[in-house]
Amino acid sequence: MNINLTLIGQMIAFVCFVMFCMKYVWPPILAAMAEREKKMADGLAAADRASHDLELAKQKAVERLIEAKHEAASIVDAANKRGGQIVEEAKSAAVIEAGRVKTAAQAEIEQEANRAREHLRGQVAALSLAGAEKILGAAIDQKAHAGLVDKLAAEL
Amino acid sequence: MAGSSQTVSEYITHHLTNLTYGELPGGFEREDGAIIGEGGAWVMAHGAREASAMGFSAIHVDSMLWSTGLGILFCWLFRRVAKKAETGVPSGLVNVVEMIVEFVDSTVRDTFHGNNKLIAPLALTIFVWVLLMNLMDLVPIDLVPKVLEVVAGVPFQKIVPSTDVNITLGMAIGVFILMLYYSIKIKGFGFLKELSFTPFNHWAFIPVNLFMEVVGLLAKPFSLGLRLFGNLYAGEMIFILIAALFSAGVAWMVPAGFLQVTWAIFHLLIIPLQAFIFMVLTIVYLSMAHEDH
Repeated sequence: MNINLTLIGQMIAFVCFVMFCMKYVWPPILAAMAEREKKMADGLAAADRASHDLELAKQKAVERLIEAKHEAASIVDAANKRGGQIVEEAKSAAVIEAGRVKTAAQAEIEQEANRAREHLRGQVAALSLAGAEKILGAAIDQKAHAGLVDKLAAEL
Repeated sequence: MAGSSQTVSEYITHHLTNLTYGELPGGFEREDGAIIGEGGAWVMAHGAREASAMGFSAIHVDSMLWSTGLGILFCWLFRRVAKKAETGVPSGLVNVVEMIVEFVDSTVRDTFHGNNKLIAPLALTIFVWVLLMNLMDLVPIDLVPKVLEVVAGVPFQKIVPSTDVNITLGMAIGVFILMLYYSIKIKGFGFLKELSFTPFNHWAFIPVNLFMEVVGLLAKPFSLGLRLFGNLYAGEMIFILIAALFSAGVAWMVPAGFLQVTWAIFHLLIIPLQAFIFMVLTIVYLSMAHEDH
């Protein structure tokens, strides 16, 4: 319990440590803490902004999706319409073609039939001439009776 | 523990004696019978009697070394963190240091409203330094002195600097000088007026006022220093008594151990509390010195 020079020594040490702390310890630590605080505040603000942006982006995405769906539906509609149209066109073209083919065939058939008829008519004339010769027993003068035979042939 | 060659009172006295280096007056007869020559001599004291004969021109080597050592530990630790302190995620020691700094900073902000760059570092230094010095009280009281005695032949060792009244008063007087400095700097002549005209605002009461205010002013550093000293000295004393109890016989070991643990736990409360009180009172006194009425 003696008061002695230790008192002075302690005072000197005290002053030294306080000055050291004031110069080299307190300012950097406080500065770092303040800076970190600011950084954290900035970070939080950025996070807020980001979540807001995310919300907006989501909304936009939904809108785009709906738009795309509409577009797809309209495209499908148009395609369906066009498909029907093509089928219709093909149908009508086929019908026309079929009609054309049919008329051509009919014409040919007609022609064929006419030709056959002409042929037959000739033969029938010849036959009837031959028959008449036999019946009459004499030859019919081809030239004299040609008018008659032709007339007959035409009647057949 | 008290050795068989020591009585309990010798054991206690031994533990309460600082390792003192000082000047013995001429003609003083030392413990070993040697007589100090004319003009005195600077020697290491061999006991409490020699230490007190040295008077003011002596220094407590143990208190000084432990207190400056702990102060340097504080500076080194906090300086390291201050260098490392970055804006990234703090970890480990940085966290602890920043927690203490933040705690001190908020305490200073709550109490001190002036603008003074000294107060907060001062409060931090006081808080951590006193805390470290008080914490030495939890080191088993015989451990360090015994080791030093056996290894290096050091006769006395008090490892808790805050149980040395020189240490606590040294800090308190440092704070007192700051109080006077700021009182005069901020208030100027108003400081003298404050001393003369409170509490009785009449010229006839000036002597009474001066007496009361000066006593009040002087009481501040003494109460500050002696409060810390008294608490820690008493705590240390009880640790010494409990340690002495161990030597009273095998039957006393269990109750002594129980008392030791109980007191250590209780003391764990006193240690930071006294550091905190010292810091807060420093801030309050300096804040009063800054307030101009």
